[in-house]
Amino acid sequence: MKRTIILSLILLSALFISCSKKSVQTTESGKLKVGLVFDVGGRGDKSFNDAAYRGLEKAKNELGVDFEYIEPGPGADREAALRQFATRPDIKLIFGIGFIFTDEITKMAQEFPNKDFACVDYTYDQTKTIPPNLLALEFKEDEGCFLVGAIAGLTTKTQAVGFVGGMESPLIKKFEKSYEAGVKYVNPECKVFISYAGVTGDAFKNPGKGKELALGQYSQGADIIFHASGVTGLGVFEAARETKKLAIGVDSDQYNEAPGFILTSMIKSVDVAVFDCIRQEKDGKFNGGKAETFGLNSKGVDYIYNDKNNNLISEGTRKRAEEIRELIIAGKIATFLK
Amino acid sequence: MIENIFTYAFLLQTLRISVPYFLPSLGAAYSEKGGVVNIGLEGILLTGAFFTTLGTYYTQNIWIGILCGLTAGFLIALIHGIATITFKADQIVSGIALNLFALGLTKFLCRIIFNSSSNSARIPGLETVNIPLLSSIPILNNIFITFCIILLILSQIIFYRSKFGLRLRAVGENPAAADSLGINVLRIRYAGVLISGLLAGLGGAWLAFDQHSFTDGMSAGRGFIALAAMIVGKWKPMGAAAACLVFGFAESISIQFQGTAIPTQFIQMLPYILTIIILAGFIGKSTPPAADGIPYENTNK
Repeated sequence: MKRTIILSLILLSALFISCSKKSVQTTESGKLKVGLVFDVGGRGDKSFNDAAYRGLEKAKNELGVDFEYIEPGPGADREAALRQFATRPDIKLIFGIGFIFTDEITKMAQEFPNKDFACVDYTYDQTKTIPPNLLALEFKEDEGCFLVGAIAGLTTKTQAVGFVGGMESPLIKKFEKSYEAGVKYVNPECKVFISYAGVTGDAFKNPGKGKELALGQYSQGADIIFHASGVTGLGVFEAARETKKLAIGVDSDQYNEAPGFILTSMIKSVDVAVFDCIRQEKDGKFNGGKAETFGLNSKGVDYIYNDKNNNLISEGTRKRAEEIRELIIAGKIATFLK
Repeated sequence: MIENIFTYAFLLQTLRISVPYFLPSLGAAYSEKGGVVNIGLEGILLTGAFFTTLGTYYTQNIWIGILCGLTAGFLIALIHGIATITFKADQIVSGIALNLFALGLTKFLCRIIFNSSSNSARIPGLETVNIPLLSSIPILNNIFITFCIILLILSQIIFYRSKFGLRLRAVGENPAAADSLGINVLRIRYAGVLISGLLAGLGGAWLAFDQHSFTDGMSAGRGFIALAAMIVGKWKPMGAAAACLVFGFAESISIQFQGTAIPTQFIQMLPYILTIIILAGFIGKSTPPAADGIPYENTNK
């Protein structure tokens, strides 16, 4: 009796887990169909993954393609998710969203040479070649982070700003270093507090930790915090609301997460990159085996300045930021701290 | 760096971090004193958080949200009770099954309701609550923390000064003897498990309000740490509370010390290192209730 009960409970939970992973959009034969596997934070992170999703929806509306997506659970599910799409005859193009896919997607691209793959934030290793059916989509986050760093450095009243990172990794370190460089460029005296939520992928989905880290930095005197931490950043915004201080969003325009407390957002047009890639595939012009780079000059990265937040950024700051933008594009500023 | 530890903000942070450990930890004490191991607390915490979010999202009323979280916790605990007390299933296996079930259920429902298996929509939080007198006292202005202190004192009284507490401890130590004195062992054990479900559900409500949303897997192992804290605290409410505070303190330190010369990876190990040191060195012998984990079979029938 007890075995039966336990067994059925386990089976039931397994059923739920497997159900929750997959989502099937309407399927019609003949159309181009793409599969997309989200990063750790998943749909609804109001940031990186949602930006990718916007690209998918735009492609669906404007190009008439179909899509399916998977939000993988923790750990080893990523490869399984990519493989699930790769083995499907109706799916031609497969996206991995996030640097965390780098190894898995390279392996899958080699294993399935007649499918096309694209990876956002692919970690490019100079010593290895990218498979011809894999397109690496890279962003010059350093340029965008430098700019928002400069804005923070010009706006701070306490001469202290903060940075909250998700998983401590080369990519997020790049955010941190160039943000700090931006702050110091305009305001050498300004202190920069730095915290990370963890050293594993789960550090991108821990808003509770993000909130505590941010409250810690605010209590030490910071009045602006930039986060690069996926869902964890939602906790940073809660801290900003609670203490009535400012935060800087990342990847998407995050103003609406805490209206009035978001100074600006460092946006990465992941949506544009995803959309362009699908369009190339549809036109038969998919061109893998290389890295495509999006920077300030192509508006692949930028900061937000619009009706909502222009009362938070002073006229002088805005002007200075635009000057710095030109200098970065002209290559006259090193956007990294050595 | 050190001076940051002696601030009011640091004290509050420690308390806040301790709350989601303390509530399930206290719950575990109720359950295990009565002789039922409840490792399903992790899942109950998660389910409580989800249903609190759901209730609050639909009604925009945090009290209804809390009620939903409590109900969810109660029902999951009821499943555990039915499986392990009535049907005498292995308590560990049932707990693991419930944890897996909760993980899948919350993801599944989140996907259906919020169109994302990872994150829910934003809900209002506790800052909207203002209790006249209490709000003027710094620490007590957080209603959850106040409530935790009340619960702790109450539990200490219930455990050691009430008839129910005596019976609970009796069915955990020697159910046969308790049975022979006319105590309904199964009913008392049910009470212990269900109380643990309510408390863990409340812990889930705290998590949901603290971050104003539900994120899948947001309990992040807190239920297990709560169990460990209860064992470190020798199955006593006060002990469990003290252990949870130590965890909260260690985690708080790891947050404060970030960005210093010490590598992040090392700082993030701190809470766990501290736990091992305390477990190995300072606690002494920690003896569980004699009948803990053993289903009770009435042999007289």
